[in-house]
Amino acid sequence: MTATLTPSREQEQEQVTRGRRVPVTRACRFELVKLVSQWRIRLLVLACWIVPALFVAGVSGQATLPVDTLFGRWMHASGWAGPLVMLGFAGTWTLPLLTSIVAGDVFASEDRLGTWRQLLVAVRSPRRIFVAKAAASLTVLLLLVAGLAVSSTVGGLLAVGDQPLVGLDGHLLAPSDAAVQVLLSWICALAPTLALAALGFLGSVTLGRSPMGLLVPVLVSLAMAVAQMLPLPAAVRVALPSYAFISWNGLFTGPQQLGPLLIGVVVSLVWAVVATALAYVLFVRREFTNPTHDGSGRRAITVGVLPLIGVAAVSFAVVAATTSATSSGIDQDKVQRSVATAFAHLYRMQTGQLHRPGVTEAQLKATAACSKGSTSVAAQGPGNDWRCVVTWHLPGVEATGQAIYQLDVTPDGRFMADGDGPKEVNGYFLVRTPEGDAPNPLWQFDGNVELLDTTLKG
Amino acid sequence: MDTHIAIRARGVTKCFGDVVALDGMDLDVTQGQIHGLVGPNGAGKTTLLGLLLGLAVADSGRLEVLGTPVGRALDAPDGVAGFVDSPALYPSLTPRQNLAALAALRGHDARTAEVDDVLAEVGLTGVADDRTRGFSLGMRQRLGLAAALLTKPRLLVLDEPSNGLDPAGKKHVHGVLNRLAADGTAVVLSSHNMDDLEALCSEVTILATGRVVFSGPLSKLATDDRELDYRLLASDPQAARGLAVDTARIQVVDDADVRHDAQTLVVRAQVPALDELVAELVHAGIAVRELAPVASPLEAAFLALTEQQEAGR
Repeated sequence: MTATLTPSREQEQEQVTRGRRVPVTRACRFELVKLVSQWRIRLLVLACWIVPALFVAGVSGQATLPVDTLFGRWMHASGWAGPLVMLGFAGTWTLPLLTSIVAGDVFASEDRLGTWRQLLVAVRSPRRIFVAKAAASLTVLLLLVAGLAVSSTVGGLLAVGDQPLVGLDGHLLAPSDAAVQVLLSWICALAPTLALAALGFLGSVTLGRSPMGLLVPVLVSLAMAVAQMLPLPAAVRVALPSYAFISWNGLFTGPQQLGPLLIGVVVSLVWAVVATALAYVLFVRREFTNPTHDGSGRRAITVGVLPLIGVAAVSFAVVAATTSATSSGIDQDKVQRSVATAFAHLYRMQTGQLHRPGVTEAQLKATAACSKGSTSVAAQGPGNDWRCVVTWHLPGVEATGQAIYQLDVTPDGRFMADGDGPKEVNGYFLVRTPEGDAPNPLWQFDGNVELLDTTLKG
Repeated sequence: MDTHIAIRARGVTKCFGDVVALDGMDLDVTQGQIHGLVGPNGAGKTTLLGLLLGLAVADSGRLEVLGTPVGRALDAPDGVAGFVDSPALYPSLTPRQNLAALAALRGHDARTAEVDDVLAEVGLTGVADDRTRGFSLGMRQRLGLAAALLTKPRLLVLDEPSNGLDPAGKKHVHGVLNRLAADGTAVVLSSHNMDDLEALCSEVTILATGRVVFSGPLSKLATDDRELDYRLLASDPQAARGLAVDTARIQVVDDADVRHDAQTLVVRAQVPALDELVAELVHAGIAVRELAPVASPLEAAFLALTEQQEAGR
């Protein structure tokens, strides 16, 4: 550089010679090439786009259905039950596993291969590397989730058909409505998937080549699944990102339970943002020139874990303060209301099957009287000792009808009602119709108790 | 700005915590020069290579690379390429895919003939479409060199580039580096292999505990007034030993560490004294069948200088 150059020309020359950073789009494509070249990722993509269709079609063709999974008992009746059964499995097992394999290894793999220095020399920006890796991982995850949803839907529709679907309050959803709700359910499940992916990034950055980094999403998901099974206050349950894997159930009730669903999605997204931000901070502060650095310092773990505990505490405080849901969220009124509503809808369905004169839910005026075991036990909280007596009226008939149900209510608000008679109404799994024997919709059915009192009336 | 200067370092210091990796280092490397870095483990070679590649930034001092001051991490100018420790590539990709992905990352067309050219240059055309996963260290070294060549570097920074290479591979890589230097590329290579350095480098820098203990042409090391050990094979070993013992400034080495058979004599001397001994042997009618340094001048100088440095600490 000579003294005759003006400052602007000096700067111009510097622009030319100084190393240029690689654009994020190019870095992202590079990351995608690396991810897609791995046999395990290819295998996952293939599996996610093929196996759900085979699974749903196979199960739908069997005599025994997975009745312990939500919508499992309707797999013979509607092709739209298949993707929802798949979503139930995915939220518990598949999505945590997929996020572990994709997001939990995206940074650690560079540690394992010793490629950080080469990547840094090529891209020249840890920030851009982080963004590119996160974007590439999320793209692959989106492809996998889309595969699960599309494949299971195609499998269900091909095996069973485009029939109406029975919702969680017993009302019948037209195929078009069912399609929309199924799509919305899978979209809602993306929020907790993002949260798990962010935890995967954090584990991968914090723990380096340690296999523990890879397992973070699975372990966290497992811990949260266990928490959802424990008799914890509803506010704690809803304040965990895993609740969004359950709260899509609210889309299948009338009115829709959108409050818990939105809270679950927002909590998941907050976790996703915070965990990603923590991973980003730890990553850009990393000393890449030190070959012995493996990420897993005590400070890194502290910086990575403590803020998330803080997020959980703040989420709990906010949910508890805004909804006053410090108890289990399951009380007598809610259970009675849910059972009566579902019974009325399903009674109409049974009436149709039997070709009896049509009746509306309003005419039935169905009510339920529910209690837990003996009178000494308070009628609230989860348990399999709930017992309900449903009463209804038929137009022009003076006598009232009564049916008994045993209920198993789980801590997440889901219940299974098991008909206990009379035999002609709900005591037998088949009903005799003019066309022959058919499954009795009132024999056993699933329902959902809204844990929070925040239902947005729509 | 001197356009022929590829690297100019003045008083460069780099510490990692309490460890001083580089301590006020000066270095000049010109374009077209192959410059060797030698030093014991922990001398600061890898740190220096990291600074040149922009992986780290000096704590103090001034470093210019290809005429551009490097003051921030990852701020090395375009035209610098190479690898530290060992080249790391993606095992799930083939060499062609690895290079194409790197080319695309830099905004070049991944399908250009450049990828084929550099694969041919390092002798990997035959395995261009095999998975890198099963590659030997030598093949990975060649692929790492190919990745660096893809950027058409003006400064090539290499760490132990001959590691794992068979003699033919080594010769091939030497040829590539010599061609690059002939075309004006500056090459800085760190190696513990003195034969490689002597075969390739016009200048070397010897580092010890982060300091430069020698920097200059290899010839300067060889002509330095420094005692070296020489292996002497004469027609009459006993008589030769007697003459060596009697000659001033000649020391007969009976070191168990220096392996030699009974017919071979090892003497330690400066070149003038050695000349006197040869003259005496010839005068006594003893034929000199072999006279060669036990260690290369570079190795001897390296050992002597680094030992001095260690002793002075």
